[in-house]
Amino acid sequence: MNHHHPTLNPPAAEPPSSWPMIRALAGIGILCSLLIVSTWQLTLPTITKKKNEYLEKAIYQVLPGATSKKTFKITPDGKIEQFEGEERGVQRVFAGYDDQGRLVGLAIEARGQGFQDVLKILYGFSPEKQAIIGMRVLESKETPGLGDKIEKDPDFLANFKELDVSLDENAQIRNPIVPVKHGTKANPWEIDSITGATISSKAVANILRENTLRLIPVVMKNLQAFEDGSLAGNGP
Amino acid sequence: MNTDPAHLSTNEFIKGLWRENPIFVQVLGMCPALAVTNSVINAIAMGLATTFVLIMSSMLVSSLRSFIPRQVRIASYILIIATFVTVAEYFIQAISIELHKNLGAFIALIVVNCLILGRAEAFASKNTIWPAFLDAAGMGLGFTFALICLGGVRELIGNGTLLGYMIFSENYQPWIVMILPGGGFFSLGAWLLLFNWMKSRKERLNLAAENSR
Amino acid sequence: MATESLTYIFINAALVNNFVLAYFLGICPFLGVSGKYETALRMGGAVTFVMLVSSMCAYGIHWLLLQLDAPYLQLISYIVVIASTVQLVEMFIKKFSPALFRALGIFLPLITTNCAILGLALFQTSKGYNFVQAIFYALGAGVGFTIALVIMAGIREELDLADTPAIVRGTAIVLMVAGILSLTFMGFAGLGG
Repeated sequence: MNHHHPTLNPPAAEPPSSWPMIRALAGIGILCSLLIVSTWQLTLPTITKKKNEYLEKAIYQVLPGATSKKTFKITPDGKIEQFEGEERGVQRVFAGYDDQGRLVGLAIEARGQGFQDVLKILYGFSPEKQAIIGMRVLESKETPGLGDKIEKDPDFLANFKELDVSLDENAQIRNPIVPVKHGTKANPWEIDSITGATISSKAVANILRENTLRLIPVVMKNLQAFEDGSLAGNGP
Repeated sequence: MNTDPAHLSTNEFIKGLWRENPIFVQVLGMCPALAVTNSVINAIAMGLATTFVLIMSSMLVSSLRSFIPRQVRIASYILIIATFVTVAEYFIQAISIELHKNLGAFIALIVVNCLILGRAEAFASKNTIWPAFLDAAGMGLGFTFALICLGGVRELIGNGTLLGYMIFSENYQPWIVMILPGGGFFSLGAWLLLFNWMKSRKERLNLAAENSR
Repeated sequence: MATESLTYIFINAALVNNFVLAYFLGICPFLGVSGKYETALRMGGAVTFVMLVSSMCAYGIHWLLLQLDAPYLQLISYIVVIASTVQLVEMFIKKFSPALFRALGIFLPLITTNCAILGLALFQTSKGYNFVQAIFYALGAGVGFTIALVIMAGIREELDLADTPAIVRGTAIVLMVAGILSLTFMGFAGLGG
């Protein structure tokens, strides 16, 4: 470097300045935040719309005949409230209505342990029939080709055309949902498992049983709120 | 060596596609290469997203190269890369929610793909914008090409389809193992074997040619 | 809200969905540092430690971003905060426990940009774990990483003595072995349920 004064510091040894570093990091920080925020602003409407469509598609699939929906949540102490915004970690319930605005049923989110990882499903409940009338897997990491049959196997999905969850005189579920071996389904509250995907089918049944035992009584008690589509004192 | 500028820039572009292919030759960026290649469509999406981030961040790093002091360069590169990954993630989400669900957290994990930081440090920080763009485009497309090779093999053998179209007859029993994580390791291992074999064959041929001279 | 039990979370992260063998996270150190049993063990320890630290950071950042209503900053703040925290912890260890630093130190800077670390932070956020669950998740992921690395190192030490054809040496054979290991680990599925 400095050949003339090997023992001295180079003549230009002003105290090391941190200004270029601060300038660079701050400049890049500002540039990056601008980029991120403008992309977010630009794509947010499309993303919200697509997410909503995706969810609606799932809801109308488990509630055949529904053409519009309203979103509610069930609080841990069993109250029904209107759901708004992006709040996470709450039990959501979607009420589906037909063309005349009559309640077709409720689509309820349920989650629990599957074979590989957490399973998230959406099921449609018809208060009129007191039965589950549709089921769709929202999120699963079940083994492809084996466990993922719970999403496509027509025989298995046929279980959920009318799965009995009727209430007894104490307003509790009379017959909790149980999984049975393939081909031995005898009662309307039993789920016929898939051969080769027994654990995944059982997982679906267990998630549904746990969720219905807990929620169906609450839902039935507050049926009026869902039928009206609004809650007293909670706006239109 | 040809030093004509046009030839040099083609060279920057071509080298990533084959001779210095990020996955098969440099063995960089393995996580996404294995994780999302269970179908061709996922492989293409992942490859293009990575290419986008690679090109954008290489160009930005190259244009800011005299502005960024050495001491904070890695931090600056990571900031830049993370920004473009966030941008890419929002665009993918706006294009298709299903695709975004399939790729899951692996879009965000493009940030830590060593390929991108590697190119920023080794090439973009030392070159002007145009070569940096060519280098990034070549590397990105080479990466995409390698992902498609992996995804193609896995989808074809593991599911009997390509891009969702049935290739084999109805009676084909798919080797499910190829879709499973293990299949990812196997198929990448097999591709590397192929490349090693080609390399050693070429070396042997060169040696033979020299001896006979 | 995630309701899984802590044992389930731990076993799920360590065995059923092993970060290396099922999610392919942290493949680079897995291929690079699995040559020797001793190094593999230390690397595993260092990764587990960084995972714990970054899991706590990620929990804090996520909470903060929710308060600020700025989800778009998630990725960028995760990577920046995790990297700087690890750096701080590294300096701290160097000062107060030179022995520990000698054991883990050289790996720490390498690990920060490891995809397993960022992956852990992102997964725990998307799974919606609370603080205690997140810590168990990080612990499980770290232990799982260490197990995979140590098993691999054991196999590779033996493999060095075996007579293998020239073209499979290096990464190719390690990947094949990893594939078999990954299939073996699938046997753990259903364990937590």
